Amino acid sequence: MSAPTYDLGKLHGGLRLPSNKAQSTSRAIQQVPVPQQIILPLTQHVGDQAHPIVSIGEKVLKGQLVAEAQGSLSAPVHASTSGRVIAIEPWPVSRRFGEPAPCIIIECDGADKSIDNSLGIVPYELLSPDELLVQILRGGIVGLGGAVFPTAQKLMQAITTPLNYLILNGVECESYISCDDMLLREYADEVLEGALILMHALQVPKCYIAIESDKPEALGRIAEALGEIADDRLVLKQVPTIYPSGGEDQLVQLVTNLEVPSGGLPTDVGCVVQNVGTAVAIHRWMNKGEPLISRITTVTGDGIATPMNVSARIGTTIEDVIKFTGGYTERAQQLVIGGPMTGKSVITDNVPLVKATNCILVLAAPVSSGDELACIRCGECAEVCPIQLLPQQLYWHQCSDNEKQLRAHGLIDCIECGCCDLVCPSHIPLTADFRQAKARMLELADEKARAERARIRFESRNERLESEQRQRDIELAGQKATAKAVGPKAIQDILKRTENKDEE
Amino acid sequence: MRESLTMSNSIVAAVSIITGIALIAGLLLSFAYKRMPADKDSLVEKVNQLLPQTQCAQCGYPGCRPYARAIIENNEGTNLCPPGGQETADKLSGLLGRETLTLAQVESSLMHQSVARIDEALCIGCTYCRAACPVDAITGAHQFMHTIIASECTGCELCLPPCPVDCITMESAA
Repeated sequence: MSAPTYDLGKLHGGLRLPSNKAQSTSRAIQQVPVPQQIILPLTQHVGDQAHPIVSIGEKVLKGQLVAEAQGSLSAPVHASTSGRVIAIEPWPVSRRFGEPAPCIIIECDGADKSIDNSLGIVPYELLSPDELLVQILRGGIVGLGGAVFPTAQKLMQAITTPLNYLILNGVECESYISCDDMLLREYADEVLEGALILMHALQVPKCYIAIESDKPEALGRIAEALGEIADDRLVLKQVPTIYPSGGEDQLVQLVTNLEVPSGGLPTDVGCVVQNVGTAVAIHRWMNKGEPLISRITTVTGDGIATPMNVSARIGTTIEDVIKFTGGYTERAQQLVIGGPMTGKSVITDNVPLVKATNCILVLAAPVSSGDELACIRCGECAEVCPIQLLPQQLYWHQCSDNEKQLRAHGLIDCIECGCCDLVCPSHIPLTADFRQAKARMLELADEKARAERARIRFESRNERLESEQRQRDIELAGQKATAKAVGPKAIQDILKRTENKDEE
Repeated sequence: MRESLTMSNSIVAAVSIITGIALIAGLLLSFAYKRMPADKDSLVEKVNQLLPQTQCAQCGYPGCRPYARAIIENNEGTNLCPPGGQETADKLSGLLGRETLTLAQVESSLMHQSVARIDEALCIGCTYCRAACPVDAITGAHQFMHTIIASECTGCELCLPPCPVDCITMESAA
């Protein structure tokens, strides 16, 4: 049994948040039954929308591909149960705060009959890394930590650089969320199986499994499972419970003491970070032929009667999930998909559970921080910023819309963790402001590019028109010259001809 | 007595040296001003960079660069660009150190967010709109249906008046 190691890098700033996890971890993971109808959004990942390949009225089986990846960054979608496609139309989704986006809607037949994927299963050790990545792409697997970046593309990008470490992220630093904790407790062996597949795909010599110090049970279960497989390439790392230590770049710094450069990726320092849930999804796809059709999610908050972790099919509505856990309490006020710091407030519970849904949080009263006051330049925000930005400077420049200064102060590197918001004594919604400023910055860049293209087209058109005009002028001058040269003679010729005619 | 004499000498020397330097510097500066006038072309380029490049001609000039040239060479007002809005007017007067002017026409902020669309069933293929487009965003041959290359359309609306059958409409670019 390998003991947790403590030689860690340092993280700047961060906060100790109230964990609020105990409510949902007292029960084992419960299975939500297959609902009457499932809604599968075509975009459950970062990148291009998947392209539906089923038609309305078609019968589909559990695990069947219903929408394929399209473009260079995309992920396919699979049916999460058997049934009949009844519509492909917009439906409210959590990604857009409850506004509609294109979805495939399947009426379930209750049989839950699986498609036979067993023929496609090849022992992963026999595949080359490239073949393995292509296989992972087909499984519809995306990063389950919340960012939902298509896993295959992340790995494909990663293997182009020399790598030293694979880091499995079991650090769930945000309050309330406990789905990775429960997954580690109940599926520790599957996490390690997934880790071995990932190590083979990336050809890395070392894998760290990072878990927070406030999860003794998960730490114990992983240590036990590590003892069973006795592979010294896998090492358990216990990291301190500080928000946002589970952020990708922050975790790399904590575990390896290497800092990811500004605007860079963990691969720049030889690391690849994968969520523990993603590892399990990869194991299930590669070893059992089951694509990503269900996930574990935490249902919690003061507005939930019995907080717990559930395993639900992708496409089950949040309403059905909450009903299964025992419904709302009277105090339920606000529905948030994701954690209290980075989650999205959603206007309806009719949205489907998607690959990104790690937490369904129902809060009692909207989190109000009091009235916004003027910045007093206390500097608290700079102290807690995990990437050592200067939020108060960013705030000033954001107020005056000074794009140059925002760029110079590294706005693009802001991970929107919300630490500065929490400590601000003037209750300035800094993160929301930064998010807006970032969007504005992208918009401006886009507009500039458009204007530049229009300018080039306008100028090349003018050039073309001018050269055409010059050409015409030259031709006209030529014609005039010939007319001038032959003109008098031609007239005389004509006169002569008519004279001759008269004489005849 | 002698002491005060040497002091007055040194004062004279200091004053004459400073005056000399000032004279030479002044001559140099006036020479530079006469011989090396401000680079107007690069200034036109800078102004053009600030304009929205919709090429809509609402300023009265046939496109953004001609307007930029007029601002620099004919001292034209900086407040004639409706798609750019007050923001562009302010930026221009800031760049040139001129007085800030309020926009002469109503701001048409939606302009660069809209694109033209040809109703292809109605189009008679006259090519008039194609000739009017300042950025060559309309394609189609004589007596054949025309269409707008939406990604290149600046929303300048210059194709609307020439159309004899009114088959072009403006739509949101989203």
